[in-house]
Amino acid sequence: MTKAPIIVAEHLDKFFGDFQALSDVSLTVHQGERVVVCGPSGSGKSTLIRCFNGLESHDAGRLTVEGVELVPDSPKIRQLRQDVGMVFQQFNLFPHLSVLENLTIGPMKVRKLPKAEAEATARKYLDRVHIPEQAGKYPSQLSGGQQQRVAIARALCMEPRVMLFDEPTSALDPEMIGEVLDVMVELAGTGMTMVVVTHEMGFARKVADRMVFMEQGRIVEVAPPEKFFSAPESARAKLFLDQILEH
Amino acid sequence: MTLADTGRPAAPQRPWTAKRVLNARPVAVALYLVIVAAIVWASYAGAQRMGYNWQWYQVPKYFGSFTDDGFQPGEILFGLGATVLLSGLSFLLAVALGLLVALLRLSGLVVGRAVAVGYLELIRNIPLLVLLYLFYYVLGPIFGLDRWWASILTLAVFHAALISEILRAAINAVAQGQWEAASAIGMSRAQAYRWIILPQSVRFLLPPMTGEFIALIKSSAIVSVIAVAELTTIGRNIISDTFMSFEIWFTIAGVYLILTLVLSFGVSALERRLATRQ
Repeated sequence: MTKAPIIVAEHLDKFFGDFQALSDVSLTVHQGERVVVCGPSGSGKSTLIRCFNGLESHDAGRLTVEGVELVPDSPKIRQLRQDVGMVFQQFNLFPHLSVLENLTIGPMKVRKLPKAEAEATARKYLDRVHIPEQAGKYPSQLSGGQQQRVAIARALCMEPRVMLFDEPTSALDPEMIGEVLDVMVELAGTGMTMVVVTHEMGFARKVADRMVFMEQGRIVEVAPPEKFFSAPESARAKLFLDQILEH
Repeated sequence: MTLADTGRPAAPQRPWTAKRVLNARPVAVALYLVIVAAIVWASYAGAQRMGYNWQWYQVPKYFGSFTDDGFQPGEILFGLGATVLLSGLSFLLAVALGLLVALLRLSGLVVGRAVAVGYLELIRNIPLLVLLYLFYYVLGPIFGLDRWWASILTLAVFHAALISEILRAAINAVAQGQWEAASAIGMSRAQAYRWIILPQSVRFLLPPMTGEFIALIKSSAIVSVIAVAELTTIGRNIISDTFMSFEIWFTIAGVYLILTLVLSFGVSALERRLATRQ
């Protein structure tokens, strides 16, 4: 792991009112690395990756993405978000736009690409997520799994250098989880830098370079998956794994 | 008797309650006709008792007449045209002003909020008629507004208050995730409003906006007090010439009713089209 660091978080704190969502979190994600973040709900996983693209602002510490420091409300955040793709738990597709328009609106309005070019890119990524035939439909006409794959394609259309996934399969019916994870595994195969918050431990085992385990706003353990799953160091991570793997 | 004889068991016999009797179709229709007939008869009988001389045959010529040159629109149609133009312009201005006020309130700027809230409270607590007098007799001479523009500005400023609240509610009704998704692909706040949030708000604001446009058309009648030549003023003028107050006021009311009903049905059709797409 001698590649350049893309995300460098140092001693991040984040408060929601009196509640401390992140405390003293430090993590470095390198180019091409796949990091899976797990932990019990309320442990700060989502807050952490939402900080990485400025959707949440950290209250203390230092966060740089691609060498640019993220300062809350800085105009640089917009520029930076174009390089950091985000996939949400609830998909958040634009319901008033067709699938193709969902994919082209960012490149056309933000990157000012001509329509033809944006559509060519969009069709390339719809192929990549295996739903080229749905381009003309509206999000409400698609299944949850298809919607989430469109959301992944939408993020990829901005040609990001990092992809963040915030529990991408948690809102899906069980039979649709596989198709979304397949797309994510394929994406990992292209060398994309990925930070994934998920409880899908099968996926983690398959693609993760490092596992990050969080609890109560702290990073409790960072380990390669083979070590994390077989011999977790912390008692809390062991308990967590027992709980989610026993089914 | 076996089940094979009857197919399914008979439906249970429901008792004839008062509600069920009243809602039976023939009873309901008959009752409705009786009520309408009673109202019509009461007005007619009242007019007869005071010896009112009905002259309905006089009314059509105020809508228009056919001459050798073809159809000549009458005064009522000119009045209707003026009302439509007056209401339409006022509504456009009210939406623009309302959007400005709504965005100020949502801007997160202390000054923006203060200006917006001050405006809302001021307008809500002044009667429309007084506002019209203010625009015509006070601001009119100062800014050189004629009665036409004083009326348009009054209606726009008055209705923009509620329209801004409708817009604010519709903007807030769009899911928070849409803002996040727009930000995540690098959109600015203005771009997110323009391409993501406002287009989705339309669905939420069509019904209340239609209601507000209809309210504006109705309150436009008030500008007849400063003699703007719209539908209500035309009605008063015709009556002062002919003394046919019953026929003309019924007619004017009917014209307003048709105008607003056409608008409601038009927007309902539009809503159904939007609903099928999403």
